[in-house]
Amino acid sequence: MNSLIDRRLNGRNKSAVNRERFLRRYKQQIRKAVGDMVRDRSIEDMDRGGEINLPARDISEPHFRHGPGGDREIVHPGNREFAKGDTFDRPSGGQGEGGSEPGEGESVDQFTFSLSRAEFLSLFFDDLELPHLARTQLGDVSQTKWQRAGYTTTGSPSLLSVNRTLRASLARRVSLGMRANTGLEEAQARLDEAIEAGRPEAELEALRQTVAEWTTRAKRVPFLDDMDLRYRHRVAVAAPVARAVMFCLMDVSGSMDENKKDLAKRFYTLLYLFLSRKYEHVDVVFIRHTDNAEEVDEQTFFYDPKSGGTIVLSALELMRDIMEKRYPPSAWNIYAAQASDGDSFGADAGKSARFLAEHLLPATRYFAYIEIPDSQEARKSSLWAEYEQKLEPHFVMRRICDRGEIYPVFHDLFKKEAV
Amino acid sequence: MTAIVGALVEPGQAGSPRPLSQGSEWTFELIQTYDEAISQVAREYGLDTYPNQIEVITSEQMLDAYASAGLPIGYPHWSYGKEFIRNEQFYRRGMQGLAYEIVINSNPCIAYLMEENSMTMQALVIAHACYGHNSFFKGNYLFRQWTDADSVLDYLVFARKYVMDCEDRHGIDAVESLLDSCHALSLHGVDRYKRPAPVSYKEEAARQAEREEHARLQYNDLWRTLPRLETEKTPEAARAVFPPEPEENLLYFIEKYSPRLEPWQKELVRIVRKIAQYFYPQSQTKVMNEGWATFWHYTILNRLHEKGLVNDGFMMEFLQSHTNVVSQRGFDERGYSGINPYALGFAMMSDIRRICQSPTDEDRRWFPDIAGADWLKTLDFAMRNFKDESFISQYLSPRLMREFRFFAISDHEANPKLEVAAIHDDEGYRDIRRLLAAQHNRDNLVPDIQVIRYNRDSDRSLVLRHLKSRGRPLASEDAEQVMKHLARLWGFRVRLEETEPDGTVSSYREQDPPPRP
Repeated sequence: MNSLIDRRLNGRNKSAVNRERFLRRYKQQIRKAVGDMVRDRSIEDMDRGGEINLPARDISEPHFRHGPGGDREIVHPGNREFAKGDTFDRPSGGQGEGGSEPGEGESVDQFTFSLSRAEFLSLFFDDLELPHLARTQLGDVSQTKWQRAGYTTTGSPSLLSVNRTLRASLARRVSLGMRANTGLEEAQARLDEAIEAGRPEAELEALRQTVAEWTTRAKRVPFLDDMDLRYRHRVAVAAPVARAVMFCLMDVSGSMDENKKDLAKRFYTLLYLFLSRKYEHVDVVFIRHTDNAEEVDEQTFFYDPKSGGTIVLSALELMRDIMEKRYPPSAWNIYAAQASDGDSFGADAGKSARFLAEHLLPATRYFAYIEIPDSQEARKSSLWAEYEQKLEPHFVMRRICDRGEIYPVFHDLFKKEAV
Repeated sequence: MTAIVGALVEPGQAGSPRPLSQGSEWTFELIQTYDEAISQVAREYGLDTYPNQIEVITSEQMLDAYASAGLPIGYPHWSYGKEFIRNEQFYRRGMQGLAYEIVINSNPCIAYLMEENSMTMQALVIAHACYGHNSFFKGNYLFRQWTDADSVLDYLVFARKYVMDCEDRHGIDAVESLLDSCHALSLHGVDRYKRPAPVSYKEEAARQAEREEHARLQYNDLWRTLPRLETEKTPEAARAVFPPEPEENLLYFIEKYSPRLEPWQKELVRIVRKIAQYFYPQSQTKVMNEGWATFWHYTILNRLHEKGLVNDGFMMEFLQSHTNVVSQRGFDERGYSGINPYALGFAMMSDIRRICQSPTDEDRRWFPDIAGADWLKTLDFAMRNFKDESFISQYLSPRLMREFRFFAISDHEANPKLEVAAIHDDEGYRDIRRLLAAQHNRDNLVPDIQVIRYNRDSDRSLVLRHLKSRGRPLASEDAEQVMKHLARLWGFRVRLEETEPDGTVSSYREQDPPPRP
């Protein structure tokens, strides 16, 4: 009458859909919390998941219930010294378990939960996109992709389709075996008839011979033949892809103090996470410069301390060289982000701006310049002033003074364009 | 050390059977064996149960089951996600252990066992859930009256599918906001009394025929000659108040009469209402239900021990867990969170047995009808015919009040201080018992809110009445929120009047529905 069932192998994520609904509903608040969280993180664990706090009030589920006031009695266990008629003051604050004054000292409870790394990143970069990404222009740049294309009769054993093979084998056995089997049946029937009728032995022997013959013929149809084999067929299809490269240019000169470098690196960390998550086919080139520029790898770019003088132009020139050598604008979508405190000496600012306008802007789809000034009130730098004159729709400039501004600026730069 | 363990593990006296198992590992065969042994003991005590379906699950699946209030199948909604996240968080941090079991009031009765538990705990859960709760579901009058154990699983499957279909057709947001509104009113979506079944066409026809027959028999031509009294319908009578009687089931009223809701929305309202109704008996029998199940796992496992089917080590583990479950902290101790229904229920059930078996003079005075009676019959009667409130006011003994050291605090608005209204002494027993019973009365906890008017011929607004009891107002922040939900469901202006016991309206709040797109 009783049954015992092992359900341990059933799906365990029954609540996953509900969890996802929850995140969906509180996306705005969660995203804000995510932004706050990133501000306080070290560069190394920018992309970890993390704990999110939401005010309990925001997610409460209201019901009609009694509020404070009015008359009530409450029974508690554990009396020690009270006698009937004792009076005492109402407890203040929430700890009084009287349950009578929930209104006072209302604590704003936090609803805390953790996001996984994937959830974290997806919320973080949810509605960001590389601007002006063009796909159609790049018809000749193609990438081969393997695609299934039915079945063939030849192929490697690993691609053997057992299902199809057996189906072919069955069809062959049915069709080839048909005559042999009918012949066998007929011969057998004649033999049975002859035995029943008591025919002479010689005739029976001849009939037995025929039966044996038909049996061997029927047996000769093999279970599996070479012609039955079927293999899954795969073909290479050329698919055009949009290829993009992102140049990250960072000023690491002496005037960029630790704080500024930290801001710049944070910005690039976000950028790098964003690109590596959203785009499989984005190359990233890291260029840092003091008075001369060098191309470095990701590790060096983010974690290596180095400083010196400032020549902005060197970085721009290096970018052009790399671009010409490896990323011809005809075949690549080119993006660049440059971070600097704006310090430059003498003619460097003017030359850089001119170089930018002449050589780089025409080739790039988007160029973002991030300036990290000493303070909010600081005057515009010479580089800013020069750059400002070259403004184009796909060249944008922003100032960041504080960690908190990084995410909004980032968000602003890469927001999805309205359809 | 080994010697002591050896002594403990030694099976009972000569001639008694060997224990069913040694050690804490469980296997499916062992669970089956224990289930049979427990079922046999339960039969000895005459427990009447639905068939059991025992399912072994992992702790993650238990968390899943938790989130949907123990329902095996629920429709998707963010609030369940919130519940899941909360429990998961608590569990991971070790702030909260998982319940050992979840049992579902259905036929067959489904009970979940967690794979992490030891054999002892599995046996405890089987006795507790599969025989304790199960027999309570089958026997208690509230469950018999309000839940249909045979069809609940089918209904849940239907509800889930319906909600998901609606999401496909009308969008997740539309469904979610409607469900939010319904959930806010779910406490007011239950019938507390059975509605009369609608009269069938056949019955209606028979009744009609009966009336005509009566008129024929009573026919007297003389009546025709009487002058007809000229009664014109007064305008008030023509515009009768609708509904004629106040309606306390707000979701029912909305489902039936909402002028704006579309049929699929009404069906969703109905689903929330049905599920709320399913939980209605559970919320009113917490103390009894848990008390009954705890009493029976205690009694059954002790009986197994008497029979020599379980060893002393088993009993030690079981008793430790049992003691944790039924512990009651005092009001001033850390971690006090009200009265523990397991503790109170178990104490009361055991106390009834004690009163039956070895009554004191005091018990004879207080419970003349059950002192010395057959304890099995008395307990069975109590289980079948009471809910928490009536159970406490019927069976809470002075002895228990002393043991729990109950005292009542009165908090009156007119009095600036709190006062001790009664304690566990001769003078206070009756007061304590009355107050504790009232504290378990759902009607005192849920505000009395009813629909009194639906202005069908004017602005279609809905008027509700909150009948204040003992001057307790509604929690205003929550009330504002719920009013918004109510207005959204109704689609026109909604007005909630605060009414004093003498019928005067002291204040009101009004809410217009959000503008329609």
